[in-house]
Order: sequence, then C-alpha cells, then structure tokens
Amino acid sequence: MLAPGELEAKLAPNPKALTAKRWAMVVDMRKLDEQTAEKCIEACHRIHNVPDFEDPIDPKDKVDPAEKVRWEVKWIWKEKYEHAFPGQAEVAIPEKIHKLNFLLLCNHCDNPPCVRVCPTKATWKRDDGVVMMDQHRCIGCRYCMAACPYGARSFNWRNPRPFIKSEDESYPTREIGVVEKCTLCAERLAKGQLPACVEASKGALTVGDLNDAKSKVRELLRNNFTIRRKTQLGSNPQVYYIV
Amino acid sequence: MKEPVKSEFGTVGEKPKVEKKIYNRNLILAGIIAFVVLITFPIWNLQGKSVPPPDPKLDTPVIQKMPEKDRKCIEDKNYMRNYHMQMLDNWRNQVVRNGNRQYTSLSGKKYTASLQNTCLECHSNKSQFCDQCHLKCWPRASWRPN
Repeated sequence: MLAPGELEAKLAPNPKALTAKRWAMVVDMRKLDEQTAEKCIEACHRIHNVPDFEDPIDPKDKVDPAEKVRWEVKWIWKEKYEHAFPGQAEVAIPEKIHKLNFLLLCNHCDNPPCVRVCPTKATWKRDDGVVMMDQHRCIGCRYCMAACPYGARSFNWRNPRPFIKSEDESYPTREIGVVEKCTLCAERLAKGQLPACVEASKGALTVGDLNDAKSKVRELLRNNFTIRRKTQLGSNPQVYYIV
Repeated sequence: MKEPVKSEFGTVGEKPKVEKKIYNRNLILAGIIAFVVLITFPIWNLQGKSVPPPDPKLDTPVIQKMPEKDRKCIEDKNYMRNYHMQMLDNWRNQVVRNGNRQYTSLSGKKYTASLQNTCLECHSNKSQFCDQCHLKCWPRASWRPN
C-alpha cells in the first residue's frame, strides 16, 4: 500500500517533453497565406474538441450566424490588422498589410491580466511562461475574459458536446459554464510534440525558448522586425509578428 | 375554594383550573402518523427485496488481448478498488497544475497519467465497468454527464 505523499512522488514529467525557460511564438506573416492559416485553425480546433455551432452532430441544433457570434468558442482565429493592432500610431499603412489576415491566439503574456483577476487560480502562469487553464477549478465568473485585452478567452454559454462532430477521444471535452483558451498545446509539449498550429503551418509559425539566445525564435527576432499586440497595456505579450 | 392569599402586592387569587386536552387531537395524530409513515417509506419499501451487487465487467477487447500473466491494472487490484478515486484526483492535479504526466507504478512500469487515454483504453466499457458502482451509489454524480 502506498504511504501518504508517495503517490505524488510517483508522478514525474515525461523525459521526452519539450521544455523552455520562456516559451514564445513568432508568426511570420510573409509565409502565412490564407489556406495555411485555415489549416492551423482547423488542426487546433479539431484536436482540442472546440465546438462549431454551425456544424452540430444533430442538424436540428444548428444555430444561425448571429447566434454563433454570441456563443463562439475559439482558441486561434483570424483578424484584420486594424482589429488586431488597434492604437498603433501610424496614419497610413501599406496596402499589403491592410489586406492581411493575422493569425491570433493567446499571447501567453509575461504579465497576464487574466491571471491577476482569477479568483480561484483556475488560470495561472507556469514557470515556463505558458498561461494554463484548469477547467476543474474554473467557476465561470468570466473576470479573465473582461481582463484579457486580446479576446483570447471564450466562455461555454451552452453545452459544447453536441457541437463536436468528430470528437478527439484523447483530449477532454468541456462542460457548460467554463472558460477556455489556447494552452500552447501543453499536452503536446509534454509528449515532445510541437503545438498543432505550428505543425500545420509549414514553417510560418515557430515556437521556442526566448531565454535561449541560440533558439530559432531568437534567431527570427534578431533578423526580422517584429510587432506585438497592444504592448502599450503592459501585459508583455509573447507572440511576435513578422510583417 | 381556598382562601385568597394576601401579600404586600395585593390579593392573589387561586390559579384557574386548566382543562387537560389536545386541541384538534384527531387531526394532529393523523398528521403525525402520516409523517412517520412517509419518512420511513424508503426503509419498509425495500423490506425483503435484495439489490444485486455491482458487477464490473473486465472483458473489453483490449483486456482480452493481453497475455494472461500481464492482465493486471496499473496497481494491485485491491488498491485500485479502494483508492482509485484518490489516485485519479491526484493525477488530475499533478497533470494539470504541475505538468507531471508520467506515473511509475510499484512494479516500475511507466504509464501516462490520464483517465481518458490510459484508464479508458482498457476499461472502454464505461456502462459495464464504471457505472456498475458509480451509477448505483450516486446516480447524479457520474464523472461525465451525457
């Protein structure tokens, strides 16, 4: 029989896990075309059982597009420049940037406002910088959604399970009344795999260790000019965009 | 009739006689009987009936495929029977909050700490395994609704 504390001691991280001192992502908008972005979104939402309210299991449950906006659950999505980067000082921007659809996701901020306001510590920043979600602790108060300046969090206004057409059995589905968001594929990093969007992006997305001067992410940041979303708010987002 | 008692506060009369009776006696007694019968209903209703003991089945395809000597759960059968809830609770906290996803059993074998991917891989028959006890004891506290 196991003694108290022994059970905890028997759990350890997988030695194959990808680790970093500070995870960061670089999105290369020069390489990211519309189809690739769609593929990234599809890959993420498929493996994480994100519900699609326009494509339910039972066609009778289908909601109209206006309702869909209200109930939408998204981990990664596309947005125009002026919506993704409001408050930038430029008067006019190049035509090609104006037309771009940026791929947005949780910024895994270094100073995450959602973590500050969470009353139950259901969301917290891991030592490696990933802003994690614990669905078991979330009470659905939605403070984090009010705090997040990037709109990266979604609330399950209704039971998402009837709207997951092909359920991935290896990842848990959520219940009504909890908030969810991108976790930088913590479950894949723990197995030694790259995040799903990075894998589907054909090199347009890169994750790596910001603390490691030799990492791919640092190399990209050294050689390219990058912008981040709403840096003026002081949350120190860690998703960098090469434009 | 007693003499009225005189005191410094004045004359105090005799206590009036009180008739000893229960008002609405029949109604109250009937109510008490009905109440007792109602709250003991679950006890005498099941008198003489026997509830079949839970019978968790272990005959899923994955378990059947295992060679006879390897056909074991990750820990001892009795331990799993008595403490699987503590173990799962612990796994959940350790995996989600600390990122510790690899469990080393007493026999030294390594497993991924996951209810969905490790436990349910063998015990794929939720209705004949988990629900056998869980639905009998706590019909509404099944670990996964719908």
